[in-house]
Amino acid sequence: MKGNEAIAEAAIIAGCRHYFGYPITPQTEIAAYMAKRMPKIGGCFLQAESEIAAINMVYGVASTGHRVMTSSSSPGVSLKGEGLSYLAGADMPALIVNVQRGGPGLGGIQPSQSDYFQATKGGAHGDFHMIVLAPASVQEMADLTVKGFELADKYRMTSMILADGTMGQMMEPVSLDFDVKPAPEKPWATNGTNLEREHNITNSLFLSPEKLEEENFKRYERYKVIEENETMYEEYMMEDAEICVTAFGIASRVAKNAIDEARKQGIKVGLIRPITLWPFPVAPFKKAAEQVKGIISVELSMGQMIEDVRLASECKVPVTLCNRAGGMIPSPEQVLEAIISMNNGGAK
Amino acid sequence: MATTQYLFAGFGGQGILFSGKFLAYKGLSENNQVSWLPSYGPEMRGGTASCSVIISDTAIGSPIVSKPDVLVAMNLPSLDKYEDSVASGGTIFVDSTLIERKVKRTDVKVHYINATGLANENNMPTLANMIIVGKVMAEMGQFNKEGIDAALSKVISARHANMLEFNLKALNLGKEN
Repeated sequence: MKGNEAIAEAAIIAGCRHYFGYPITPQTEIAAYMAKRMPKIGGCFLQAESEIAAINMVYGVASTGHRVMTSSSSPGVSLKGEGLSYLAGADMPALIVNVQRGGPGLGGIQPSQSDYFQATKGGAHGDFHMIVLAPASVQEMADLTVKGFELADKYRMTSMILADGTMGQMMEPVSLDFDVKPAPEKPWATNGTNLEREHNITNSLFLSPEKLEEENFKRYERYKVIEENETMYEEYMMEDAEICVTAFGIASRVAKNAIDEARKQGIKVGLIRPITLWPFPVAPFKKAAEQVKGIISVELSMGQMIEDVRLASECKVPVTLCNRAGGMIPSPEQVLEAIISMNNGGAK
Repeated sequence: MATTQYLFAGFGGQGILFSGKFLAYKGLSENNQVSWLPSYGPEMRGGTASCSVIISDTAIGSPIVSKPDVLVAMNLPSLDKYEDSVASGGTIFVDSTLIERKVKRTDVKVHYINATGLANENNMPTLANMIIVGKVMAEMGQFNKEGIDAALSKVISARHANMLEFNLKALNLGKEN
């Protein structure tokens, strides 16, 4: 199964019956899959007239309490920005998928991770975060889609799957045997009062600054809980590591090849792979900073996650960048070279 | 077999992605870890097409094949582009109908097969890809009926069930030539 198809099927399994999107490479298989499946299961697939229309349809369905998603790729996600901010302002749960391509601008269509800043630092105007999940296999494309819906409902906010063109296009075996938790009660949903209760209102406009400030403080209290409880990461060969490589998504797969090769050459190197990019896994880097002589951040960008790595490791050890950009992917040899260079003291 | 990395390359329409998918499903049916990664984008429209397939008995790291153990080249630009990337001691399969030149490398095994010619002679002009895959499996010692049947049933939809027989014939043609 392709990564894009795994996301689509997992969303359906998670109970999503509403998909709104607009085609863009390299994520169009998600829309194609939904177009085929949704009518057969009584769901709604709608190809909107634009990304902006699609995200606002998501806002509408989210308000009614149903699980809903949209997907796009980098330039399309920028167009959705306004809607993402409105969803945050109204505390609406939804799943957004970004299968990234090279940028800025219309950029290219080859894989990239250069929307890290956009995804993890808010994604649009105003004080807010999205839960950002970074799959590194087709299996995780499916797993994190289910997880994304569950977290979105639990905390009344948007989850974003931050994948890239490789993850979307590649095929790997995948198991879709999920134990999906039913969506929680949503007493806030605007789904008809039956004349039995007061009207519910979903809204992101608060003209009283006191009230708006209060809403923001409440939201950030919730973010604190998420940072404490929902951080996910994987460690690979970190027990005795003297050098730490960090990477997410496709970059982590390349990094693992390089680490295996470096280990054969006797270099003690391990990997920290953030799975949640927001909340960022601070703890393993704090620990690593006391253990390793340097950290190498492998990215398909000009260096974005590296800023969070420096913050998390409190700059106690050198943090260097090993990257390609614009749709190119670092080779295992390039990462291996960076490891050898750091091992020889090159980083200092 | 620990890990074998395959790179299939040719031009759009030759069934490059299909043959890679077939081999990946065959690997999966034999309880291996597999990955399949296509090239995608504008270069597929009449230009070059390629796909990376990895079959391994352990977890697969990067799905990108940069140093293939096996290169299947179905047109000249593909051989020109990827010949140097093949791992030393690896194998190159060349469609000799479409590629007139010989492989320059001396540290790899090379098999020339008249795949497109054979496909045309046997009235199956769209199956040169499967002829060459038959040859690949035969030379790699992996031509076995169970795996082939399992994989064909995955890559050929019920709607095209009549194509099963032709695909099998093409694979056998590859094996025998």
